[in-house]
Amino acid sequence: MGLAIFLALLVAPEDLDQGVSQRIFYIHVPVALTAYFCFGLGAWKALVLLWRGEERYDLESYVAIHQGTIFGVLTLVTGSIWAKASWGHWWLWSEDQLVLFLVLFLFYCAYFMLRFSLEEGPRRARSSAVYALFGVVLIPISFLAIRLAEGLIHPTVFTREGPQMSGSMFATFCVSWAAVTLLAYVLYRVELAGKRLDTDLRELREALQ
Amino acid sequence: MTYFADVAALTRKDLKVELRARDTLPAMLLFVLSTLVVFRFALPQGAGDDAAYGLLWVAIVFTALLGLGRAWVPEQEHGVLDGLVLAPCDRSAIWFGKTLATLAFLVAAQVVALPAFVLFFAPLDATALAGVVLADVGICAVGSLMAAMAAAGRARELLLPLLMLPLAIPLVVGGVGAAVSPEGERYLLFLALYDGVFAVLSWASFEYVITE
Repeated sequence: MGLAIFLALLVAPEDLDQGVSQRIFYIHVPVALTAYFCFGLGAWKALVLLWRGEERYDLESYVAIHQGTIFGVLTLVTGSIWAKASWGHWWLWSEDQLVLFLVLFLFYCAYFMLRFSLEEGPRRARSSAVYALFGVVLIPISFLAIRLAEGLIHPTVFTREGPQMSGSMFATFCVSWAAVTLLAYVLYRVELAGKRLDTDLRELREALQ
Repeated sequence: MTYFADVAALTRKDLKVELRARDTLPAMLLFVLSTLVVFRFALPQGAGDDAAYGLLWVAIVFTALLGLGRAWVPEQEHGVLDGLVLAPCDRSAIWFGKTLATLAFLVAAQVVALPAFVLFFAPLDATALAGVVLADVGICAVGSLMAAMAAAGRARELLLPLLMLPLAIPLVVGGVGAAVSPEGERYLLFLALYDGVFAVLSWASFEYVITE
């Protein structure tokens, strides 16, 4: 991460349009991509849970979605900062990608509400899994919905022709993306291990009583 | 075709229970009419018809939430749900029956609400009405599943709106677009897509949500 920050701040050339504020892109986009990826991973684990029926996938799905939500908050915050710096507003409803992300974020916040209102057990695992799957199906549907509702000035950096960035900017972006993904992965493993320890500890306590 | 016979039996059961108890449907009717009146005062003087269509959709979504909140209550109260799960029918038929019954209630409420809307606010053309019907199907399909999930938990009345609202957003976009936009057909297609995708998903996943 340190290397990524160093590169982002000092090495990459200043983007002509926006100046220094553009550099937040190196954090914002990887964080956003990671959030989407975490939600996708959570939904994949959910599908495997429903398919195989093994308990452990429930925790993996939950942790992935938890990470996704955390990165989601970061995306919204860094995005707002960038928005204020480059467009002068903290938020714009006319922007597709923003609204899509917000809807998805709200959806996954409700995931936690669902999870914590149900008693622990296979039913909770399965309901959470079904909900997580609905989330990823919601992504393209919401995207279409919001597209139908119009608007487009969020800079589209990766168009069909490939990245619209110069070489060193692209390199910095890749390093940054790798760094954020690695961070997410580490956080995921740590949280998963922690939650598994909690469950084991609780089972031991119950066995002893 | 015993699957559809099961679905029909379940739908008939729900409709009969409602006809005798008469609690959900009158509540939904009164709610939607009161909401429309509130909106009459909420809209500022110069607001155009478009704002009115938006508010119609808010009214529809919240009326549907009201109906859905009560949808699984009969099953929870007398242990009926356990009985249904044990019955030798496909579990998804339970969802299907519930969805059809809730759809019937929602449409019944709208049969009163939509003319009231036209009277108070603005006219509704065929595209707008088609949008309402399609969105109703979507709300009921997804809502039945979400209501079943919420019913199992502690804070069920609180939970259902939280679960449903993000999912209802595309429906509102579709419905308002169908009413307002000159290209209404695109929105109708979108609503049909939503219905298709989410109905199939709800139908398939209901079994996992309902069993212990």
